[in-house]
Amino acid sequence: MNLDDVQRIAHLSRLELSQAEAEAVLPQLQAIFSLVEEMQAVDTSGLEPLAHPILFLRNLAQPLRFDEVSESDHREENMKSAPAQLEGYFLVPRVIE
Amino acid sequence: MSWHNTSISLMAKALAAKEVSSTELTQYFLDRIEAGKQWNAYLDVNAHLSLEQSSKADKLISAGKAGKLTGIPVAHKDVFVTRGWKSTAASKILAGYQSPFDATVVANLGIPDESNPHGAGMVCLGKTNMDEFAMGSSNENSAYGPVLNPWNPAHVAGGSSGGSAAAVAAGLAPIATGTDTGGSIRQPSAFCGLTGIKPSYGRVSRYGMIAYASSLDQAGPMGKSAEDCALVLSAMSSHDQRDSTSLADSGEDYGRYLNQNWQEGSTNSAKPLEGLRIGLPKEFFAEGLASDVAKSVTEAGKTLESLGAKLVEVSLPKTKLSIPVYYVLAPAEASSNLSRFDGVRYGHRASEYKDLGDMYQKSRTEGFGAEVKRRILIGTYVLCHGYYDAYYLQAQKIRRIIAADFQAAFKECDVILGPVAPDVAWRLGEKSKDPVQMYLEDIYTLSTNLAGLPAMSAPCGFNTNSLPIGMQLIGNYFTEARLLQVAHQYQRATDWHLRQASGVA
Repeated sequence: MNLDDVQRIAHLSRLELSQAEAEAVLPQLQAIFSLVEEMQAVDTSGLEPLAHPILFLRNLAQPLRFDEVSESDHREENMKSAPAQLEGYFLVPRVIE
Repeated sequence: MSWHNTSISLMAKALAAKEVSSTELTQYFLDRIEAGKQWNAYLDVNAHLSLEQSSKADKLISAGKAGKLTGIPVAHKDVFVTRGWKSTAASKILAGYQSPFDATVVANLGIPDESNPHGAGMVCLGKTNMDEFAMGSSNENSAYGPVLNPWNPAHVAGGSSGGSAAAVAAGLAPIATGTDTGGSIRQPSAFCGLTGIKPSYGRVSRYGMIAYASSLDQAGPMGKSAEDCALVLSAMSSHDQRDSTSLADSGEDYGRYLNQNWQEGSTNSAKPLEGLRIGLPKEFFAEGLASDVAKSVTEAGKTLESLGAKLVEVSLPKTKLSIPVYYVLAPAEASSNLSRFDGVRYGHRASEYKDLGDMYQKSRTEGFGAEVKRRILIGTYVLCHGYYDAYYLQAQKIRRIIAADFQAAFKECDVILGPVAPDVAWRLGEKSKDPVQMYLEDIYTLSTNLAGLPAMSAPCGFNTNSLPIGMQLIGNYFTEARLLQVAHQYQRATDWHLRQASGVA
């Protein structure tokens, strides 16, 4: 991993890192990934990945419900924490000119 | 009456006998919270809201409609969204956030009403400090300052549920909720001399629990005894259709075995644990474990042996690998979960930006702390095209081996005993400069989250500096009631859990 990688993943993560911040975080990430490298020595051929623990015990079907309205209207309450809104819509900077 | 030294089962009796009202109890703890601000245990307290709830609880009690927990105060980790109190997950990005709904855990424990008929009637005292988005092992990653350990304010309270741990240890709450993704209930419980349990994955609803790593996150209680934890866990756990991994068979009385012998029908009161096989994983007692922690946990094993249990050596060969596996999977899930914070619907929005993309980027950069950013970066990297198989999938495959290793161990024993952490609470600042050093501290707790097993922490001694030491009990899936039984029998024979920090009046 190098500084370009750090800036690339920072961009993918929608985070800004100054040059100094990227330089500070690089050795930390390198140390973490040298720890992570220990995984490569394990023979996992033929094993299924385990996405969550219940799948180790049983198959868990995606719970489904009938496609019916079950919630009442909480629009006003749900909008209360919006940083910017107008007439019940979230406001964001113009996307299409 | 010093209610902060009183178990919640005794508090419930006093409430039922009208020796005290819920409002008096609530005011008692609100006063202590006000006088105990130096621990930085709480992020939001609202006396008016708490007393509104206690007065409803008192009405339920006088109407004869009280349940086992009605009127008893509880503090909630700030990772649970609550109506009325701010819900921030100790992050700047959620500063001041007001949730329009209650997390299922908050509702299950809270005051019953028409929309929440099964609420247990507990009174919310406020929201406790934590590591930002539950990412940390010392509570130093909170955007609102670290929590101090009531046993010694120069030391950390542990993390991520450090505020809940300090609140109970300092007598600012009789019991508190926590969450545990890699040890965040057990380790702060151990560091602060408390009993805490992380149930099996799927037992407690994750709805309204601000997500860190969804396949690992589980909630549980942190209190002063196994008995208190059993009472509250029974009320917390339920099947919830709004959590896709909530298990249908979740509601049960976790206290049903507490005062029974391990073997059904046995009445030997000197040997209540006869028939119980306790496994000691040799990897948990290897290099890296502080000698006084090893000594206390070994002695706890001997105490359990004197109660009738048989000790056997077991092996969990992939223990060390649980660290890299966890630090791939948890950040991967976190990077995905935290993508919702974009400054559009809620949370912090930067004040200046060029366009929509710039707004996302600046809002996130300003809102997240250093450790959260680090984990988002790790997670994004391991999910990248080209690295996904080598990191993410490989970690998920080793996760299966770790889960299978536990099943092999449980052929030899019923319960596993080991330390919670390699050492006692460290000094503030001691490990915060080196993230890897901090991650290594999680070695004994991570594997149970990866496997989804229930595990708990209970006090079993002190080191030479009078800092608490915790032992960890790990059970097979859905054996929480059995773990609590073993811990309760241990607590009947010992008094570690009754000790009070000397700095706490």
